[in-house]
Amino acid sequence: MSKLLTISPSPHVHTSDSVNKIMYRVILALVPALVWSVFMFGLDAVRVTLLAVVACMGFEYLIQRFLMKEEPKITDGSAALTGILLAFNVPASIPSWIIIIGALVAVGVGKLSFGGLGNNPFNPALVGRVFLLISFPVQMTSWPIGIHAQTDAVTTATPLAILKEGVKNGQPVADLMHNLPSSIDLLYGNMAGSMGEISAMLLLLGFAYMLWKKVISWHIPVFVLGTIFVFQGVLFLANPDKFIEPVFHLLTGGAMLGAIFMATDMVTSPMTHKGQLIFGIGIGVITVLIRNFGAYPEGISFAILIMNGFTPLINAYVKPKRFGGKK
Amino acid sequence: MLKTFKLGGVHPAENKFSADKAIEKLALPKSVFIPVAQHIGAPAQALVKKGDQVKVGQVIAKAGGFVSANIHSSVSGTVTKVDLATDASGYPKQGIFIEVAGDEWEECIVTDETLVERFEADSKTIIDKINEAGIVGLGGATFPTHVKLMPPPGSKAEMLIINGVECEPYLTADHRLMLEKGPELLVGIRLLMCALSVNKAYIGIENNKKDAIESLKKLCASDASIEVVPLKVKYPQGGEKQLIKAVTGREVPSGALPIAVGAVVSNVGTAFAVYEAVQKNKPLIERVVTVTGKSLSKPSNFLVRIGTPANELVEAAGGLPEDTGKIISGGPMMGKAVASLDIPVTKGTSGILIMPDPDAKRKTSQNCIRCGRCVTVCPMGLEPFLLMTVSEKQIWERAEKDCIMDCIECGSCSFTCPADRPLLDYIRLGKGKVGQIIRSRKK
Repeated sequence: MSKLLTISPSPHVHTSDSVNKIMYRVILALVPALVWSVFMFGLDAVRVTLLAVVACMGFEYLIQRFLMKEEPKITDGSAALTGILLAFNVPASIPSWIIIIGALVAVGVGKLSFGGLGNNPFNPALVGRVFLLISFPVQMTSWPIGIHAQTDAVTTATPLAILKEGVKNGQPVADLMHNLPSSIDLLYGNMAGSMGEISAMLLLLGFAYMLWKKVISWHIPVFVLGTIFVFQGVLFLANPDKFIEPVFHLLTGGAMLGAIFMATDMVTSPMTHKGQLIFGIGIGVITVLIRNFGAYPEGISFAILIMNGFTPLINAYVKPKRFGGKK
Repeated sequence: MLKTFKLGGVHPAENKFSADKAIEKLALPKSVFIPVAQHIGAPAQALVKKGDQVKVGQVIAKAGGFVSANIHSSVSGTVTKVDLATDASGYPKQGIFIEVAGDEWEECIVTDETLVERFEADSKTIIDKINEAGIVGLGGATFPTHVKLMPPPGSKAEMLIINGVECEPYLTADHRLMLEKGPELLVGIRLLMCALSVNKAYIGIENNKKDAIESLKKLCASDASIEVVPLKVKYPQGGEKQLIKAVTGREVPSGALPIAVGAVVSNVGTAFAVYEAVQKNKPLIERVVTVTGKSLSKPSNFLVRIGTPANELVEAAGGLPEDTGKIISGGPMMGKAVASLDIPVTKGTSGILIMPDPDAKRKTSQNCIRCGRCVTVCPMGLEPFLLMTVSEKQIWERAEKDCIMDCIECGSCSFTCPADRPLLDYIRLGKGKVGQIIRSRKK
């Protein structure tokens, strides 16, 4: 035989899936929601998204090249994905310099300080988002009116903020309803909010695509959203004056974006379906607690970060069902 | 709903190029190298020496213990030497070299192909004949068959499960055997049932072999004791534990053998060999081998004498393609990459797979993104990512506690890893080490 043969242990065939493919598929699943945010917020949405993506990839390149002194891996898609998710989590009116700081924190602190892709305990985009929320609360909670709105106002409150404010002032939920968008508006995305979170329907479309391509399993999103629905439903049945019906919570704020795209971040969520059940329920419960009883109108980012912290513990103690019964 | 096993599993591209190629008798080789260890257990002891004349079917090496098997000459001619040579394992193994002259068989072997259905042998006679004929599991694991047929005291076989799954991609040897030798196969199954004193046998076949399922169903329509069980296509369904689970729903406990749930599993090739041994006095001297690959011009199924050099099979299948990057003895999931075609076909050789160059190379491993796919696909319910990490860090107690010894080395984890991590490589390493530790504890 003239040439050398490859000798390697089995298996000799391999799935065509790769880390890059997974990342780009998630990005593709986010495209409908991105298009919708451009439609709603115009060029601002383009500006924020481009800035976030370029900044995340740029910082990843610089840090890997000059600080970590390793071959930059910005083409694996994970930095671009972090950028898009970060953009999705901020108001479209956010000043450019703030989003750049957010990108630096997301990639630098959230991901590379732990060693890069696969080693970060917390979702990098959420690390960036929460950092910005705490550091720049005003800019992070001024929600622009969509470019199609027939009004002179420049900013508005999100449905969750309207609800929170009203309940705090002792108004019964039923009286607040006419200030809130209808469920149909919430479903297709005619409301104020962070860039990428407003259209529940298009986020669900992305979910369907990811399920079809087997990028993620159904477990985490269904347990998160199911828990929000059940827990809020119990509260609603106990006191409908104080607590709104559960579907409202599923369609507002970052519930869909968080459950489908942030909680499912593979690196920071448990490996086993049993673990994902615990993780999802935890996120749902904390979200409902913060939204109804906490200081912030929205809480899914905090809920996901808190449960990210439990992931190693869950991985260590929740074992898959072993064949043959041994624990 | 088709039956299958519940936990894990993957579905690699099937690529059964040779599925419609009838079994062809390969021309007699000019010379053979027959290793004395072609089975799990003690190697057989050579009985011949340089210069001896041997006939087809003559015992040339005697089983070296209870868990061992006789080796017979697959050709007639002159022993040229008893020496070391490389087999599929890549290591030099002792074996017998025979220069072929003519094709002279031992007189007691019946060489015509008429079906002999009737038998009056009792369990002991059948097992003795199987032992005598050197029959081992032909699925690839090569466990001596007579040992399986003698369950240890206290355990009792309730059923025989025939493995016609052939879940490895590319391979079609069992498929063709089931299609072409159905009646003989059924006699073999009845013989095995008689040897085990069970009155129920199941033949598990994956649903990508519909023709084999149909033809065997027809053949045993009148015999309620043998049942064909079509199975969903899913790797590694040919694994004993997975097959038992798929067919009966019973789960072999961790660390136990199939007999613990009353099952004995045998490959279709083995059942056919049992037929030939008991009804025709023919020892295990040939087997069906699939020779296949994407760029091979003539993927085929050959009936091959044991000891035939693999390159003769590949020549008969159109020759080694220009773009060959890897040669595998066995299937792509569990087979062994070999350094050259200068190796003999042995009792465990189910296929020769030629892979083109780009497919042959491994991709660079990336960071684990903890997607959990390896956990989802593991048919034993293990956590391959974790077992790899603890093996890499040599934390053996942890590896043992997390059931590393339960790994059946099916490779589903490595197959499915999007980051191309060498999961199974490290788990194998860990299994070796943990196995050593467990053995030293027993001493």
